Amino acid sequence: MVSLLDIIGPVMVGPSSSHTAGACRLGLLARCLVGGTPERARIELHGSFARTGEGHGTDKALVGGLMGFRPDDERLRTALEIMEREGLDYQFEKTSLGDDAHPNTVRITLERGDRKSQMTGASLGAGRVLVTDIDGYPVEVSGNLHTIVLVANDVKGSVARIAGLLADANCNIATLKLSRKARGGDAFMVIEVDDQPDESVRDAIRALPWVTWAFRLDKVSA
Amino acid sequence: MYKSLAEAIRDAEAQGTTLSAVALAAEAQDQGRPVSEIRDALRRALVVMREAVDRGLVGDLRSTSELVGGDAAKLRTGPAGPLAGTPFRDVLARALAVQEVNAAMGVIVAAPTAGGAGVLPAVLTGLAAARGIDDERVIDALATAGLIGAVVAERASLSGAEGGCQAETGAAAGMAAGAAVEMLGGTPRQVGHATALAQQGTLGLVCDPLGGLVELPCVFRNATGAAIALAAIEMAMAGIEFAIPADEVIDTMGEIGASMDVRYRETAGGGLAATPTGRRLARERLYELKRSGG
Repeated sequence: MVSLLDIIGPVMVGPSSSHTAGACRLGLLARCLVGGTPERARIELHGSFARTGEGHGTDKALVGGLMGFRPDDERLRTALEIMEREGLDYQFEKTSLGDDAHPNTVRITLERGDRKSQMTGASLGAGRVLVTDIDGYPVEVSGNLHTIVLVANDVKGSVARIAGLLADANCNIATLKLSRKARGGDAFMVIEVDDQPDESVRDAIRALPWVTWAFRLDKVSA
Repeated sequence: MYKSLAEAIRDAEAQGTTLSAVALAAEAQDQGRPVSEIRDALRRALVVMREAVDRGLVGDLRSTSELVGGDAAKLRTGPAGPLAGTPFRDVLARALAVQEVNAAMGVIVAAPTAGGAGVLPAVLTGLAAARGIDDERVIDALATAGLIGAVVAERASLSGAEGGCQAETGAAAGMAAGAAVEMLGGTPRQVGHATALAQQGTLGLVCDPLGGLVELPCVFRNATGAAIALAAIEMAMAGIEFAIPADEVIDTMGEIGASMDVRYRETAGGGLAATPTGRRLARERLYELKRSGG
């Protein structure tokens, strides 16, 4: 769903909404997967991101996003210098993710402490983004709301249990998408919530014996 | 949000209200926020837009490559042309100003995108200043512009990498034209015709920036985009109707974008970027600069 305020916005550091603001938002989403600023990251740029990314400040914006800067933060201009000063090891590579991938796609492999993760996402234009893959699982996360994604065994009452955990954490569910490959197979949930959950919610969901995998991603739109 | 401008116009007419009113109501419902909060966000956007106009008109900014900057001020202080002293010249100056700020990595409102960010503030703040229109009506006009942009995002694209410049400065011209017609007292129907007239004038427009950077011709395409918006506003306010509805013009833009060669979609592989001078400037001013760490 397109919001008026995504069209009249974001307020951002130039020069490109898809290459600068959108890239920054993808960096912000990626850092959520490891619960903070990653110490190491491999950033693979595809398509237009690979061809014109540097001049558009895509590199600065992605790095700034990984460090937690938002698209209107003027520190984006000097993000690469800040990264070096902080001793962060982020490497850029050009890649091809195939003809089906959106022209502005990035794949980020990141590490923070003992946490490792990989995210693929695209900048769709006007600063809007879409995360399409997390650790090999196909997802659709827009960052328009706070989001929980999880994979669980297909057991009875799983949705109720998760909803209960979110209610205990004072998070109101806005949307919930449930899908599975086969009866009794992996069930996939994408839950958008109005209120920001903290890492303890992710930890509580992960602690459930029938949950194989769960992440919390922040709202990154205006 | 609406996925069809025709549907929004029908609702506005049925309720005897404006497109901004139906757009704000739809947004409030979608986001579960009161209209006043959305208007506050648009008010903040208007403040940033005016700051960018003022900052760019000073004339001291240059992009990192020094390929663009300082031209907005020339329209304020340079020799007179046939449009001297008219709102038209002022709107052109404002469009250049915002885009010069953007190229210098300054703060702007991406509306709909950063590359097309000069058109909407130029047309709305320029015409509001010329006609003494108060901020509340400019904020309403921003909501109408957002509605039009949302329809374009749903039906076509707002990304130069996907649809060429017609999806950035072209969409911006359609948004600005429709929004300004409402601000100047036009009917929802006239808003639709203004949008269609502006968007049709930019169909096929390629995205061909030198070195792939949002500098040249982007800065100037915002000024010419604003000029197309002004032409569309003048025609729609005069009662001229465009036979193809705005939704279908937007669909056409999407189709053209989808079949546009990749060279013309922000990759610097074709168009002005691929001219002998374009390549030389990119080599001398952009790539050298990168190598020297500038």
